[in-house]
Amino acid sequence: MPGILLILILCAIAAAGYVMGRRKAATISGDDNRVLHSNKPFHGANVALAAFLSGVVALVASGVIRGVTGIADSANIMTTVLTLGAAAAAFYVTLGRITLDYRARNVTEQLVKGILIAAASVAILTTIGIVLSMVFETINFFNQYPMLDFFFGTNWTPRFQGDSDLGMLPLLWGTLYVSFIALMVAVPIGLFAAIYLAEYAGPRVRGIAKPLLEVLAGIPTIVYGLFALITVGPILRDYFAQPMGLGDSGSSVMTAGLVMGVMLIPFVSSLSDDIINAVPQAMRDGSYGIGATKSETVKQVVLPAALPGIVGAILLAASRAIGETMIVVLGAGAAARLSLNPFEAMTTVTVKIVSQLTGDTDFASPETLVAFALGITLFVITLGLNVLALYIVRKYREQYE
Amino acid sequence: MNDMRILERDVDTNTIKFAGRDVHVYYGETEAIKGIDVDIEDKTVTAFIGPSGCGKSTFLRCLNRMNDTIDVCRVTGKITLDGEDIYDRKVDPVQLRAKVGMVFQKPNPFPKSIYDNIAYGPRIHGLAKTKADLDDIVEQSLRRGAIWDEVKDRLDAPGTGLSGGQQQRLCIARAIATAPEVLLMDEPCSALDPIATAQVEELIDELRTNYSVVIVTHSMQQAARVSQKTAFFHLGDLVEFGPTNEIFTNPKDPRTESYITGRIG
Amino acid sequence: MTDATAPSAPVSGDAEPSSLFTQTNRTKRRNAAEKRFKAYGLGAIGIGILSLVVLLVSILGNGLPAFKQTYVVMDVTLDESVLDPNGNRNPEDIAKVLTFGYTPIIRGAAQNLVREMGGEVEGLTDGMIGDMISKEAAGQLRRFVLANPDLIGTTQEFKFLANGRIDGFFKGRVTMESAQIDSNVSPEQLVAAERLAEAGHLTTSFNLGFLTAPDASDQRPEAAGLGVAIIGSVYMMLVVLALALPIGVAASIYLEEFAPKNWITDIIEVNISNLAAVPSIVFGILGLAIFINYAHLPQSAPIVGGLVLTLMTLPTIIISTRASLKSVPPSIKDAALGVGASKMQTVFHHVLPLAMPGILTGAIIGLAQALGETAPLLLIGMVAFVRDYPGAPPEGLFDPSTALPVQVYNWTQRSDPAFFERASGAIIVLLVLLVLMNLVAIILRRRFERRW
Repeated sequence: MPGILLILILCAIAAAGYVMGRRKAATISGDDNRVLHSNKPFHGANVALAAFLSGVVALVASGVIRGVTGIADSANIMTTVLTLGAAAAAFYVTLGRITLDYRARNVTEQLVKGILIAAASVAILTTIGIVLSMVFETINFFNQYPMLDFFFGTNWTPRFQGDSDLGMLPLLWGTLYVSFIALMVAVPIGLFAAIYLAEYAGPRVRGIAKPLLEVLAGIPTIVYGLFALITVGPILRDYFAQPMGLGDSGSSVMTAGLVMGVMLIPFVSSLSDDIINAVPQAMRDGSYGIGATKSETVKQVVLPAALPGIVGAILLAASRAIGETMIVVLGAGAAARLSLNPFEAMTTVTVKIVSQLTGDTDFASPETLVAFALGITLFVITLGLNVLALYIVRKYREQYE
Repeated sequence: MNDMRILERDVDTNTIKFAGRDVHVYYGETEAIKGIDVDIEDKTVTAFIGPSGCGKSTFLRCLNRMNDTIDVCRVTGKITLDGEDIYDRKVDPVQLRAKVGMVFQKPNPFPKSIYDNIAYGPRIHGLAKTKADLDDIVEQSLRRGAIWDEVKDRLDAPGTGLSGGQQQRLCIARAIATAPEVLLMDEPCSALDPIATAQVEELIDELRTNYSVVIVTHSMQQAARVSQKTAFFHLGDLVEFGPTNEIFTNPKDPRTESYITGRIG
Repeated sequence: MTDATAPSAPVSGDAEPSSLFTQTNRTKRRNAAEKRFKAYGLGAIGIGILSLVVLLVSILGNGLPAFKQTYVVMDVTLDESVLDPNGNRNPEDIAKVLTFGYTPIIRGAAQNLVREMGGEVEGLTDGMIGDMISKEAAGQLRRFVLANPDLIGTTQEFKFLANGRIDGFFKGRVTMESAQIDSNVSPEQLVAAERLAEAGHLTTSFNLGFLTAPDASDQRPEAAGLGVAIIGSVYMMLVVLALALPIGVAASIYLEEFAPKNWITDIIEVNISNLAAVPSIVFGILGLAIFINYAHLPQSAPIVGGLVLTLMTLPTIIISTRASLKSVPPSIKDAALGVGASKMQTVFHHVLPLAMPGILTGAIIGLAQALGETAPLLLIGMVAFVRDYPGAPPEGLFDPSTALPVQVYNWTQRSDPAFFERASGAIIVLLVLLVLMNLVAIILRRRFERRW
């Protein structure tokens, strides 16, 4: 891999730069630190950093140039020349700058700060990357498939030979139905668990129960998916769906919803626990002082006070449910369907993103590109929920600070 | 208006409401109250004074079993209300607290409307049969809390929007609304400015006609202004207990004298 | 204040009890409601913990058998006329005999074994006997012969994998009844298997191959292992550690110590907390579009998986790192600044070392999260069927590979139910790794946690 080799060469140049910069500083100062503005290692580090960073910037730039212009630089000649050239130039310039008064420490620190800023901007770049990676393909998709049919179509039947119906509504319905069931499980259980932990449990019960519940949050979703597939699905099918005549599919909205609900319990409970604990004790005292029982205090004073925060927590849980993939891939099924029967297999936005983008994909056909439109829809929905939830939670925290 | 009981109570003034005998309070291993005896009279303002950490607030919170909400807290000895041991196993602290209301250091209105703040207690105790009853209780309580005139036009506004002094009077009114027999006040003016303090003190003096009031205070002037009886606590002991003017003019115990003259505190 | 002395007391509706010792009906009702409410809370916690237990029991029950495997122990005569037709023991010539050549030898040996035991099983054909041995056996025998050409012509004892259905029979997954309707196994074979087991030719022992062997095709679940998946996961974790930790720490240092409070910083902060909540599958789309379609990195490669997981883990690491940096008391910074250190020196010499345990704990937890992530890896082609081990890093990072959670998904999509056992077994491996990582994090926290 020439990239790795180039980076190793850059490291070598940087090491050489450090040694030479340091030595030059020593020479011109007669090895007396006090006549130098900056300590010797800073001079060395300055050369090293300058050379290395210039090289890396050039490496990245040439990569981008290649990507944008499509120049076939098969032997990486342009990349190598650009990278090493930039590194050598920076090396030469910075080494030449070393004088007694040269503020190497300040310059080095500026360079380091630059690196830190670059690291911080990775987060921004990621978001931009997410948006860009989906926007272009989505536009491509809408050029081939009418936007209205996608957003409001009630049929989802992709065909290999083309001429597919790619209406999103059945997928959205499946997503919302599964999420709804998951929240119906997770919100009451999580909320009651949080109330018990925050208001009733002694330190010992709390010390045991809270970590145990949080283990549920640390379990990878693929584990829940497998649990849905081989345990919950068959049980629901054999003991509920078939006796009641509601269907005979192990994969169902109910299967995925129940399991996802379990996954979300710790999510709701630990967020709500924090939020309930943030309600000032004085408010509880006021209520106890009047002669209210604990449950009356919780229901009529603590919960109303904590309501905004809890709503925020539920919104975050909802966003997580909507974006969850593995549980629905393994538990909900693959049939796009608009139905009310929770024991029927349905499918979700995330399931279809996976199925349209795995296996043989042709990035010119709408059947593949639709995944990007689904992805951006999912992104926008979850982003909206997250922003709203974080805003509410932040406002709530400020209220009691 | 069912004011029979009030009239009745007016007759037997200065009966003993609370009686504590050999009361000890422990927080885990530490002993916060070291065996005190005290009698608190009806229709009297009793002030608990003493330096910080002397146990006066702890003892106050024993009187309506607010200490029950702290896990490590343990009370021994006997405290009776109208001759009944309040730490008896048969006693439900919830029922006790309906009789012995409490007002706290910092005003702590619930995040509800002014009306709902007052109506909360009567509702949970089932004191009102109809909406009109409830309206009546709310108005009476707010009047007794000396805040009716200020809030009567905005009963639906949140209680948290009031000023500090108003909030504290709202909390007093809230405590009154459950028709208690005793009102416990834990430094009710420490978070208030002088004007609000004066208003609350005036209110406490008026409350004396109907209730037994026990007030913990840091301010000796306040104790002198509002109370008829004063108890001086020091390091978990009840050092001296007697009529307020005697405590302040002629203390028997040297520690009381030192505190009153500002040498310990 | 004038109206405060209104003479009437508030109405008391319910008759107040004269004694504290008697509970009013209302109090009884309220206490009952209180008990109920408390029970709901306890019940909720119970349901949560019960779910955890059921989940673990289900996975353990289904997956533990994967660590045991049924083997057939038998003698095989390495027939020179088949294996080395030229008779010169030249490795190149021997290698020309493909596994097709070895299969009849194994099948013949198996037939002999069963027939010699006597006790004819009615309806048991030679073909059925041959099918009782895993199709993987031929490859195993060939590798052995290629490694030991001198032994051609001798008779050696071998331990071959039994067919998945035979294995399932001894694990209770396959029964006589199910065999009747199963086209892949017959009751006669099961009877023969029982006889073999009685004679000591069928044994069950620890299945090391499950941890080391690569994946196997649909017809031979008994041979499928996690070797490639474990290597792939380890490679991805290396990439995540090498990228996410330094970038995350650098970003946190900037945001916590240097960033001016302005709208740009605000945007970065909001952005990070949102990224932490973006569905993982969206990161998969990002990886597919940017790293594979745009940068033309190879599909199924640990480097791409590692990059995607790095981007996913960054917010977690940044959030926990910032918390640890924040917990270093300002007095220490003041002290360093006071002796004339620059801000940069203060941060790197004092704040960062003190925050290190917390940062590492957060990084391990982020890594554990990344290890279990599946959805984004599906989109960058890691579901592919990979039988070759990736090479050593760094080149190996670009070889096709798979990952533990993806292997689980992969196995759930196979038709043979024996793969479900494998999938659950793989989950156990995954969970053990996660527990270990979290233990390290807990120990780090316990050992180095400082209270200021």
